[in-house]
Amino acid sequence: MEEYELFDRNTKAFIHGTQERAAQRMLDFDYLCQRDEPSVAGFITPTGGGYYKLFWGTKEIRLPRYTSIDQAVKAHPEADVMVNFASERSSAESTMEALETDTIRTVIMIAEGVPERDTRRIAALAQKKKKWVIGPATVGGIKPGSFKIGNAAGTMENIKDTRLYRPGSVGFVSVSGGLSNEGYNICHRNSDGIYEGYAVGGDVYPATTLLDHLLRYEQNPRIKMMVCLGEVGGTDELEIAEAIRSGRITKPLVAWVTGTCAKMLPGQVQFGHAGAKADAAETSAEAKNRALREAGAIVPQSFDDFGEKIRETYEQLKAEGAIEPLEEPSVPHIPMDYRQAVAEGLVRRPTNFISTICDETGEIHNYCGVPIDEVIEKGYGIGGVIGLLWFKKDLPPYVREFIEMVLQIVADHGPAVSGAHNTIVTARAGKGLIESIISGIVTIGPRFGGAVNGAAKHFTWGLENNLLPREFVDAMKAKNERIQGIGHRIHSVENPDERVQIMINFARKHFPRTPLLDYALAVQDVTTMKKNTLILNVDGCIGVLCVDMLKNLGYSDQEIKEMIDMGFFNALFILGRTIGFMGHYFDQKRLKTGLYRHPWDDILYDVPDRPEKVE
Amino acid sequence: MAQALPEFSGGKFTYQADVVLIGPQTDLDNVPEEHPWVKKAKLVAKPDQLFGKRGKNNLLYVNKSWGEVKKWIQERMNKKVTITQTTGQTTGVLTHFLVERFVPHDREYYVALTTHRDHDTIHFSTQGGVDIEEVWDTVVTLGIPMLSSIEEMDVEGFLPDELGAEKTTVAEFITALYKLFVDYHFTYLELNPFTLQKGSVVPLDAVAKLDDYASYQCAEKWGKIKFPQSFGMPQPTGEEDYVAELDERTGASLKLTLLNLQGRVWNLVAGGGASVIYADTVVDLGFAEELAMYGEYSGDPSTELTYEYTKTILKLMTKQKDPQGRPKYLLIGGGIANFTDVAKTFTGIIQAIEEYADHLKKTNVKIYVRRGGPNYKEGLAKMRKMGERLGLPVEVYGPETHMTKIVSMALEEQ
Repeated sequence: MEEYELFDRNTKAFIHGTQERAAQRMLDFDYLCQRDEPSVAGFITPTGGGYYKLFWGTKEIRLPRYTSIDQAVKAHPEADVMVNFASERSSAESTMEALETDTIRTVIMIAEGVPERDTRRIAALAQKKKKWVIGPATVGGIKPGSFKIGNAAGTMENIKDTRLYRPGSVGFVSVSGGLSNEGYNICHRNSDGIYEGYAVGGDVYPATTLLDHLLRYEQNPRIKMMVCLGEVGGTDELEIAEAIRSGRITKPLVAWVTGTCAKMLPGQVQFGHAGAKADAAETSAEAKNRALREAGAIVPQSFDDFGEKIRETYEQLKAEGAIEPLEEPSVPHIPMDYRQAVAEGLVRRPTNFISTICDETGEIHNYCGVPIDEVIEKGYGIGGVIGLLWFKKDLPPYVREFIEMVLQIVADHGPAVSGAHNTIVTARAGKGLIESIISGIVTIGPRFGGAVNGAAKHFTWGLENNLLPREFVDAMKAKNERIQGIGHRIHSVENPDERVQIMINFARKHFPRTPLLDYALAVQDVTTMKKNTLILNVDGCIGVLCVDMLKNLGYSDQEIKEMIDMGFFNALFILGRTIGFMGHYFDQKRLKTGLYRHPWDDILYDVPDRPEKVE
Repeated sequence: MAQALPEFSGGKFTYQADVVLIGPQTDLDNVPEEHPWVKKAKLVAKPDQLFGKRGKNNLLYVNKSWGEVKKWIQERMNKKVTITQTTGQTTGVLTHFLVERFVPHDREYYVALTTHRDHDTIHFSTQGGVDIEEVWDTVVTLGIPMLSSIEEMDVEGFLPDELGAEKTTVAEFITALYKLFVDYHFTYLELNPFTLQKGSVVPLDAVAKLDDYASYQCAEKWGKIKFPQSFGMPQPTGEEDYVAELDERTGASLKLTLLNLQGRVWNLVAGGGASVIYADTVVDLGFAEELAMYGEYSGDPSTELTYEYTKTILKLMTKQKDPQGRPKYLLIGGGIANFTDVAKTFTGIIQAIEEYADHLKKTNVKIYVRRGGPNYKEGLAKMRKMGERLGLPVEVYGPETHMTKIVSMALEEQ
């Protein structure tokens, strides 16, 4: 590659930053130009290594991610370009680092807002090392047929429309990145297109100037004419005029400096670019256009006939035989991205997942259609949220209150029960929150906490089969099954459990109907005749009232059965009791308790002398 | 400077500032209570509004008492003045004054630090004061290449010999000042004049420019500073303020500067570069007096932001009819976007136009559209349909039409 070229068809670049989409656009361009290999060697992403998957035509390929420039450079000594997407806060530092490597020759700084002094240092270092920096505050540029920087030149559609996949004869350079695409378009419509085109960026001191690139174009025999779009402020265009006068630029140059309206504006209106500000009369747009015109550049009257001037210049060169007609290559088809095709309604596909309880794709996440801010504002509470996410229903206040009452009642039952015990032992073994509460939760089931579900199941079975309370008790006995939710260690008919009383009173007051509670209490009358502690206990009461709650909410018996089967009622117990487990975990951690070891004297050791031998 | 100068001079130089900034809201009668020294010392007063050459423009009031200064400021506050600078004449309203302790002195030195692409320059003269341009041949300069440090330079060597015994002190001071200049990301710093008193440095007047791109790096160093508007800029209107607010809210860019509310050409242009070209073309085609505003939107603003921005412009544009009943022009322009979704931004514009459709008809507004970029075909089609649906005159063009063609189409139509 000649000194005056920055890129060719084999150029390999690093992308600094997590810019998969920009890299994909580069690869699509490469594919369109029928390059042998993708132009992206890999990514430099300090936040993590691994790889990104991108498309090469229809095929997916893996591109490596490196966490440092040093690593990347060692792995790919063939890559001599870094497209730097780092933010304005770190762009200068990473650019400096890249310039210090042996292999990276060209860096493009995309970030806008890099301090002037940092850029000036970068420019000086690049010059010293005979390297190139384009930017900051630029979209980059493009060399048709060879290499495209990041997002430059926009969509593939535009690249095809303006034939940016093959080189023409025009060397283009502009200040503005936003306008560069328009510049390529103007060149395409008025000539055989650009050979290469870059935007140097709108800062006061871009790392390379318009003139730097024009001087490169001057040396390149494949570039026959040059087009330059400057801007008010700075002396760059004056230096171009000087370069024409001194014979350093000899090729035809069509140039225009924008910002002629500045004189109309009061004070100093800051245009979109930091450098676009005339500090002295000679850096105004008119003065610079005049200087260029006087030096011999081709300068239109206004931007309106910019294209015309390019056409005239091109046609003249063609007439002189300086430009040969070019053969249009055929271009391969680039498959449309799935996302784009969906957006345009061209494809469809069945989904693999379905959610009917919530949606986080909108501006505000919602629970079953109720935006979360409304959930808070209207005071849904935990009961209301459970209604939305478990039942998919906007529950009446008494149901919300009942659910919250249940959660409060089951939240903890002391450190001795299996779940809390396990949580404590695990916490004391030095494990974290998640492991500790999981070891507690896994004990919840048929014997611990499962009575809620069990009671619901048993009593529902009795009521459903129209068994009189005594028939129900007898039938259960015949099956040799203990009735779940009946019986308590301490409480009795004479010494009732206050928690149960509160729930019963609440249900009597607020539930329209309580058929299963009524049935369970009738069963209790039978069982307490046998023993006065065989009362409806907390678990049993929760179980039957949950069934009554569902009946009141309009669920059919069949639906309720399905809910019991999927462990719906245990869910309330698990949710409530987890609060207690967490409490035990924090308690142990705060107390800094040591590893628990069960005492020997609490274990019966009854090991045979020798095992039974099996032949 | 009070905090940094000792740091960069190894404690050798300090700077004690007795300064009061007086704005339009300042109660002048309260000043002596808060700053008792104004009653005791002789004072200097001058405007503090981003322009130099204050002595030349008779805006420097030296060696006066507080009573005199107060009267002088009262006479000038909120008054319009025209000042002459090297870049030409500017007219603006005086709103901010500095009052400082007057330091009697016999020598006035000049130092200025400037930045250039590949070096910084230190300018120095022993003939400081208001007439520095007239004695420019006494100014000596020292260039410091970008990758060099001040320590490598012969600062004492470039200073004129007439400084005599003070040469070392001045060299040390300039070295410290330069380090401060670099570290604080100044792009320009001028002390004119400064003087030496008992071997220590007293700056008498200063002009400085900071690189606002460095505000992240320098947040703690600069402290709370506000970048003032340049002199001669009219106070922003409510609408301009509102757009500035929208601009600050996001990563996208939204700008609006009103030029002439009676103007009939309103540009709703995407992109910093393109927006300038549209305004240029209006001016270059000879319709400068019809240009109502300068503005731009860019950086892929959301539909909502584009809607708010467009509404602001339409509101101003449809406030009144052209007194001669001629049409007004809304130019919805832009180049070929790199990644801004044209269909999406146009959705916001169309929402606003729908809301203002009746006003637009009443004020006889014609709409011209030219744009390219991602999803531009869909965007342009939406614009056409909008015109038909609302019965508004809308002409729509894509990348096949030269970017500014709609300017001449509109202006030459009349």
